[in-house]
Amino acid sequence: MSEPLLSVSDLKVHFPIRKGFLFDRTVGYVKAVDGIGFEIEEGKTLALVGESGSGKSTTAYAVLQLLRPTAGSVSFLGRELTRLRGSELRQARRQMQIVFQDPYASLNPRMTVGKIVAEPLQTHGIGTRSSRRATVAHLLELVGFDPAYTNRYPHEFSGGQRQRIGIARALALSPKLIVCDEPVSALDVSIQAQILNLLKDLQDDLGLTYLFIAHDLAVVRSMSDTIAVMREGVIVEQGPAERVYTEPQTDYTRALLAAVPVADPERMQSRKLERQQLLLATAR
Amino acid sequence: MPLLEVNDLRTHFFTGDGVVRAVDGVSFTVEPGRTLGIVGESGCGKSVTALSIMRLLPEPPARIVTGSIRFDGRELTTLSERELEDVRGRQIAMIFQDPMTALNPTLTIGTQITEVLERHLGIEGEAARRRAAELLDEVGISRARERLDDYPHRFSGGMRQRVMIAIAIACEPGLLIADEPTTALDVTVQAQVLDLLDDLRRERGMAMILITHNMGVVAESAEEVAVMYAGQIVEQAPALELFARPEHPYTEALLAALPDLDDKRARERRLEAIPGRPPDLIDPPVGCRFAARCPYAGCGDSCAQAPQPLRELRPTHWVRSAHPASKRAAEEALSA
Repeated sequence: MSEPLLSVSDLKVHFPIRKGFLFDRTVGYVKAVDGIGFEIEEGKTLALVGESGSGKSTTAYAVLQLLRPTAGSVSFLGRELTRLRGSELRQARRQMQIVFQDPYASLNPRMTVGKIVAEPLQTHGIGTRSSRRATVAHLLELVGFDPAYTNRYPHEFSGGQRQRIGIARALALSPKLIVCDEPVSALDVSIQAQILNLLKDLQDDLGLTYLFIAHDLAVVRSMSDTIAVMREGVIVEQGPAERVYTEPQTDYTRALLAAVPVADPERMQSRKLERQQLLLATAR
Repeated sequence: MPLLEVNDLRTHFFTGDGVVRAVDGVSFTVEPGRTLGIVGESGCGKSVTALSIMRLLPEPPARIVTGSIRFDGRELTTLSERELEDVRGRQIAMIFQDPMTALNPTLTIGTQITEVLERHLGIEGEAARRRAAELLDEVGISRARERLDDYPHRFSGGMRQRVMIAIAIACEPGLLIADEPTTALDVTVQAQVLDLLDDLRRERGMAMILITHNMGVVAESAEEVAVMYAGQIVEQAPALELFARPEHPYTEALLAALPDLDDKRARERRLEAIPGRPPDLIDPPVGCRFAARCPYAGCGDSCAQAPQPLRELRPTHWVRSAHPASKRAAEEALSA
């Protein structure tokens, strides 16, 4: 087997809890991520699933070094990211980008669509002004956004269109890895399907690798090759997506699956019973 | 006799850009003790319908232009603000998506429950506190008596929604309107809150209107389902019937767009997205409002130009489309 694109081991992110005024001291730690490990092969998708507070977004930020891990290793393209600083880290970051949940909050309202998508290129000093303009048009076309609207502002577009802008920006530096942090949870069902299809197509066409974070297990099933289920900062179950769905190994995963509302009223009663039994088994 | 009867409700917003026809001719009834689920995407008018029933919309810009809302034999659209205050909370209660903003952060949970009991039922002092503790207990909050003196920030999201439910059922309302009650919650908590609402409704014979964007949530909780699109109900039927035999092309498309939790080939498959987006409600199309996104529109008829009425396709199953699924199937069988 080839070497994985991203390999995370024994990752810990602890946040100090401080008390006191003037002479504050650390009275304990919130162990948001507490010793987790996973690998993603190039061109594949690993999904981190779990409920709010389970540490999935913290993990993503620690992978991107937007949060410095307390301990552990993040190896990306064979380089240890936790030891990189300054320009070296900036270079590594060109290869990894993020798409955020909220397309309303993650785009600068004062910048035009064209500026938003061109910004990563400008920051890294790539191309000339006119070559960048061509790149932006190409990127927008790639994500199904009409390049004729390049000079408009984000507020003129719907949530789905804004998410396309966010994806175009993430693609600007031709990254290998994209972290998708709940990319469709703010979108309506019909738009959600459009964006998920786009992410699938881009993966096929560009060979992208995704670290996909979501709480919706049905969405995750349609996107991922491997799944890691997180709870309270640790991974409680990890494996090929197919196995996690058909033969979940822990009661917690079973409870998560049983809690997903399914558009089939005939199964309502049996699912309700299953849920209640599992809730008793997994209560903490 | 139905408990709630909404007839040709039109709630419009009079804005600087024009008149937004957010709810445009909605009719439905809710029988005592039954659950109606109203499902649709953002902007379809489902929340505005709920807020119109409660008369909670700011007027202006909103106004109920025409239509009637009869609750328990009483017309709500003509009541004064004072009369409405006796209806709200007492006979019709409502819970919202975000329990943190719905609860007052500066008052204890106990105060927020007892003030409802005092205002509507005249129960005061120790009796009110005792009743408040019983209510918290009923919605599944342990050590209820001690928790009366806690402030909302001490509760998790799911627990806050339980507190909201306790407040809502305090006066034993005949109807509870739940507007996206679980959207802000984790799935396991969502399931618990939905199960709680269902249990309470059965025990108390309370009717419920459940408003949600989630097809799974309505399937699990509602007996009757109305699908809304662009300010109108486009399909309505008992839940079993609607999910087994969806008729409206929009309902079909919505169900097809959902990723399937049990699909073994989900990873390879593309989802069936609905092209385009809903029409502008300032100037909605004259004909079928779904026509621009409908794969069957314009097939040898003028449904895109002529308004489509909500027709009873078969008993209890209402559809607003010129191309319902069963008709298409029949046509196909004939031409084959």
